[in-house]
Amino acid sequence: MNLPMTFRIAYKALGRNKMRSGLTMLGIIIGVGAVIAMIAIGSGAKARIQEQIASMGSNLLIVLSGSATSGGMRFGSGSVPTLTVEDSKAIAAECSAVKYSAPVLQGVTQVVNGNQNWSTVTFASTPEALLIRDWPVVRGRTVIQSDVEGAAKVCLLGQTVVENLFGDVDPVGQVVRIKQFPFTVIGVLSVKGQTTWGQDQDDVVYVPLTTGQRLLFGQQFPGMVRAISVQATGPDVMNLAEEQIIQLLRQRHRIRANQENDFSVRNLTEAMSAAEESARVMSLLLGAIASISLLVGGIGIMNIMLVSVTERTREIGIRMAVGARGRDILYQFLIEALVLSLIGGVIGIFLGVGASQLIARVFKWPTLISFHALLLSFSFAGGVGVFFGFYPARKAANLDPIEALRYE
Amino acid sequence: MPELIRVEHLVKTYYLGEMQVPALKGVDLTIQTGEFVAIMGASGSGKSTFMNILGCLDRPTQGHYYVEGVDISGLSKDQLAQIRNKKIGFVFQSFNLLSRTSALENVELPLFYNGSSARERRQRALDALANVGLQGREHHFPSQLSGGQQQRVAIARSLVNRPSLILADEPTGNLDTRTSLEIMGIFQKLNKGAQITIILVTHEPDIAKYAERHVAFRDGKIIQDTRIKPFQAAEDLARMPATEDEAHP
Repeated sequence: MNLPMTFRIAYKALGRNKMRSGLTMLGIIIGVGAVIAMIAIGSGAKARIQEQIASMGSNLLIVLSGSATSGGMRFGSGSVPTLTVEDSKAIAAECSAVKYSAPVLQGVTQVVNGNQNWSTVTFASTPEALLIRDWPVVRGRTVIQSDVEGAAKVCLLGQTVVENLFGDVDPVGQVVRIKQFPFTVIGVLSVKGQTTWGQDQDDVVYVPLTTGQRLLFGQQFPGMVRAISVQATGPDVMNLAEEQIIQLLRQRHRIRANQENDFSVRNLTEAMSAAEESARVMSLLLGAIASISLLVGGIGIMNIMLVSVTERTREIGIRMAVGARGRDILYQFLIEALVLSLIGGVIGIFLGVGASQLIARVFKWPTLISFHALLLSFSFAGGVGVFFGFYPARKAANLDPIEALRYE
Repeated sequence: MPELIRVEHLVKTYYLGEMQVPALKGVDLTIQTGEFVAIMGASGSGKSTFMNILGCLDRPTQGHYYVEGVDISGLSKDQLAQIRNKKIGFVFQSFNLLSRTSALENVELPLFYNGSSARERRQRALDALANVGLQGREHHFPSQLSGGQQQRVAIARSLVNRPSLILADEPTGNLDTRTSLEIMGIFQKLNKGAQITIILVTHEPDIAKYAERHVAFRDGKIIQDTRIKPFQAAEDLARMPATEDEAHP
């Protein structure tokens, strides 16, 4: 009794009834295919969220200036600038858990290039803002400290703005007008794509903080900013950084113990992590549902193997008469079930990969197929085959040879 | 001649619920190597039960059964399977070949369960098929063979492990007279030529006459044990008028 021979016998036995073997396999094929497709969908979503977290900048905190109350009417966060450029500098200098801090002014402005114009969000900030967001330029140069000090009339354009104002022309060195002021384009920012909530991150213009203060936003409250972007030194000190910022700003703004903060700190990475977690749960859930279909496929195998054992009772009797032991018969049927499920598993892998590519193309849903998932579902299929093949195989092995030989 | 089989006071009782059905009520028999024994009896006489025990497919309720001096009564199922594999060849009334499996592979089947190499399996199966006159039909399926040819494949299968004993249970029951003679001729040739012990179960005196010893069963006991001068199947076959059956493929 040798294994390769047993495999050959199993293969032959299955070949004798192709239609039935194929239908039995179908359960496993669909099961494995579904598991792979579902895991691909889940991990694709997870990967996209992770990508977005990375594009947003890691370990990111946003300090927003406080709300204002005027005549019983409350305005939202950031409606009154209570933060200053000095606050930002203090945060960077005094909070040990903070790596970078950048004051940010922003507003919607009309940007004009010749006869083209485009309304976009303009950020005015220091070079740190781009470091915090991990946002390099792909052409030209980035904003440097001397641009801020000299309030240079230079700007960086996001990809979307470039497309709308310049088309295919290289914008570096060209002059655009923002609120009537001429700005020289010194660089083009790399592509960031969309945020989770569908906002185009590339529809943006960056100018030096001082330039923005003087020419674009600064007239109302000189030296004030609406927000400060902060990057913590690591993911594990996010809460510490938040704590330090709150303490520092309360002190700087002279807020008494019983007074509310005139600013708020938001942990954006945390919100994204929650999204990532929900994607993980979704992927787990999809996988679990798909596993059920694999389980049903396994029950199909058991069903067919039971029929097969009954049908081949005489064959079992003959084999026993010429000297097959119980375990020889057990292995034969077990391996038949295993071969069924493994062949089904291989076909299922192709189906699953094909299905997830179709989903990616038709529904524009990102899918990610990992080798790990393929291996997992393939071995799961094999396990299902052995598990559900065992009962019929044992039934065959325990047959009485005399009765089996007499069976019509 | 050495003793091949000895049964001592063999008793087999079946239990159908509360009811006890005695199938064998104390059988004693000794068979020497090289004998050709016909076991006869009506249905219900206990001869099938006796055959099952001789074939190690079943175990006696009481008594002892020795094959080449080894007591079989106390062996496990797996050990019985090995005895069947190595020492006993079976030939059945309904041939019992695996369908959709070539003659060659059917004959190889017993070798598959004792770890023979692929080359050895093939060679011995080819030899066994040649021994029963089936050269050139190795790759035919049972459905492409006549009854006589199928039975010859079955005989080749029983021979392939060089057993000490062939148990033939009504081997000619499904065959016409001429083919029956051919099969009996093969048995006689194996018995005389290779000194293989053959135990034949039959209820037809016309078939039993080719065996040299007749053991008759009735109601679970041996009632008669006689030796005769057997007829020669080959001679009888030669005397038969030629018929269209000659045209058998």
